[in-house]
Amino acid sequence: MSTMTAPKRRLDMPALLAWFVVAMVVVGLFSPIFGPDYGIMDVPRLALCLVILAIAGVRYELGFMRNLVGDLILGLVTAIAAWLLIATVTNHAGEATLGFWALTAATWASAWLFVERLAVWKSASPTAQRIINLAIPAMFGITLLVLWQLIVTGAGVPKVLLPAPSEIWVRLTNSVPTLWADFQQTFLKAVLAGYIIGCGSAFIVAILVDRVPFLRRGLLPIGNLVSALPIIGVAPIMVMWFGFDWPSKAAVVIIMTFFPMLVNTVSGLAASDAMQRDLMRTYASNYWQTLLKLRLPMAMPFIFNALKINSTLALIGAIVAEFFGTPIVGMGFRISTEVGRMNVDMVWAEIAVAALAGSLFYGIVALLERAVTFWHPSVRGGRA
Amino acid sequence: MTDVPLTQPRSTNPFSGLMSGTVGPVTVVVLAIIAIWYIAAVALNTPFQKDIYERAGQSDVAVSQMVTDTLFQERPVLPAPHQVIVEIWETTVEKKITSKRSLVYHTGITLSSTLMGFLIGTTLGILLAIGIVHSRVLDKSLMPWIISSQTIPILAIAPMIIVVLNAVGISGLLPKAMISTYLSFFPVTVGMVKGLRSPEVMHMDLMHTYSATRLQAFWKLRLPYAVPYLFTSMKIGMAASLVGAIVGELPTGAVAGLGARLLAGSYYGQTVQIWSALLMAAFLAGSLVALIGVLEKLTLKRMGMAQ
Repeated sequence: MSTMTAPKRRLDMPALLAWFVVAMVVVGLFSPIFGPDYGIMDVPRLALCLVILAIAGVRYELGFMRNLVGDLILGLVTAIAAWLLIATVTNHAGEATLGFWALTAATWASAWLFVERLAVWKSASPTAQRIINLAIPAMFGITLLVLWQLIVTGAGVPKVLLPAPSEIWVRLTNSVPTLWADFQQTFLKAVLAGYIIGCGSAFIVAILVDRVPFLRRGLLPIGNLVSALPIIGVAPIMVMWFGFDWPSKAAVVIIMTFFPMLVNTVSGLAASDAMQRDLMRTYASNYWQTLLKLRLPMAMPFIFNALKINSTLALIGAIVAEFFGTPIVGMGFRISTEVGRMNVDMVWAEIAVAALAGSLFYGIVALLERAVTFWHPSVRGGRA
Repeated sequence: MTDVPLTQPRSTNPFSGLMSGTVGPVTVVVLAIIAIWYIAAVALNTPFQKDIYERAGQSDVAVSQMVTDTLFQERPVLPAPHQVIVEIWETTVEKKITSKRSLVYHTGITLSSTLMGFLIGTTLGILLAIGIVHSRVLDKSLMPWIISSQTIPILAIAPMIIVVLNAVGISGLLPKAMISTYLSFFPVTVGMVKGLRSPEVMHMDLMHTYSATRLQAFWKLRLPYAVPYLFTSMKIGMAASLVGAIVGELPTGAVAGLGARLLAGSYYGQTVQIWSALLMAAFLAGSLVALIGVLEKLTLKRMGMAQ
């Protein structure tokens, strides 16, 4: 076997990235960054920082300081370089030329290199490992935001098309009362009410259906079919029936969340083994005892799967239903009207709120799942 | 096994066999749904019908007359099934396909952007999954974002994507298809990652002893293993893609497509039109998913993986 082991390749991904960083910094140093005659030497701090970045790239190539300290320095320098680039570009919006793009590419590549190194780190303590596992996607997200900021301001993309993250943030912090009112109307009233009623009623119906085999055979194929249908189309009908205010949105959410919950709960209730049911029989437990102590706990992973799917469906349903008519408040209403008024930064602020609300909602359900299904292999193994 | 006298005697009810499969119960449930629909139609349309009688000065109308009237209103609160079916028949068979009033025309537009988005989304999903399976960094950095990308209500952003792309000069099919793409890439990515990782360690070791390269291991082991997962996730992706296409048609100002029919119907109170567009969308979703199911069966049979 010793002859079969592949030799360590020289040109793996990190090596390529490191060379790319060096090449881009060299290009950036020798070509104007803004307009025809604004070289990098006009911003000494940035120049110094990028030289260090290039050295950090070279040291990886040459193989010295390929350790934790070297990588940390790389990460730190990348962060400072990105910060300086953003600070400089704000004063020269829309004037970026070749040099600037080279430097942006260098920063991006070195951020990638840092993440690449981060992924290789192995820590003995599980908490440190967990922090690293959280840090990698966080780094990725931050890199995306920085690139967005740099490209949008550097190329001078009009605000109507795509505002920079900083502008969205300013708008977000300036219009908290409006956003809160919209959030209240859409999320706290329509989504939560619809989600609870929809999932709750589907749960009860599922238990009834499970009791009657005839209904189970008849309803399950239809439930599966309905799950594939574009149910969101009932939104205009619900708006007609229940009026413009939040009950019509809650109705859409109820219909959207009902079938996934029904199908999942019914298949979850069938998840217990014959062996386990036999054991319950030998204990002489009746239907309700079997249901509460064996079948419902066994069904919990399925039920939570549906609850997680529904948490995103509910938000979508409520927002889209608002496109068909609302009182003058609500997230969907705000999005559709501000698009019409070309206030795209407000739309993005609203989207940020919706994304945050959706992620938090999902996260809470996922946490609840970990607490309830603590016995399940996927939770016990530590890998969700 | 012929009849053994000790086995339970056959039921004397000649219809008992009918209800033991799935076909019988499904038929009964469908019939029940239609019956409930009719009852609901009568119940929901009665108040308006009473209004009409009052205005016309008719004081005592027979119940049977009122029931038939509620089922044949021009703009009912809830149209009866036969009204919807008549509307679908009129707008599909009796109209020319090129006419803007033809439902086939609108369905075709929605179908084309659905399929385009689905194709782009599936390709993107497969490529992402291949990257994630082969690169540790992509797995650790991209996967959490792919999952959290779906908690963002993309359908809410749909109008903006379309308006913005229109401003840049990209219009027509592509903006709508992009929303479908966003919705359909996710199930494919997740399913394919699972599928490409499904070969057992033993099998991967075997490929290793053959000194197979990563590419060879991918073509000969990982990809065949992932095919069943791909079809399952493609079914979900197709359904999601149709939803994306329909919602993508809302903000373009009700020009064409099933979504536009829904919006126009809700503006002008044409409930029959809304319901016929809805049924058409349901039919489209069902047949697209069924088509993938057929493809799945054929492929798996050809690969010798059919159960």
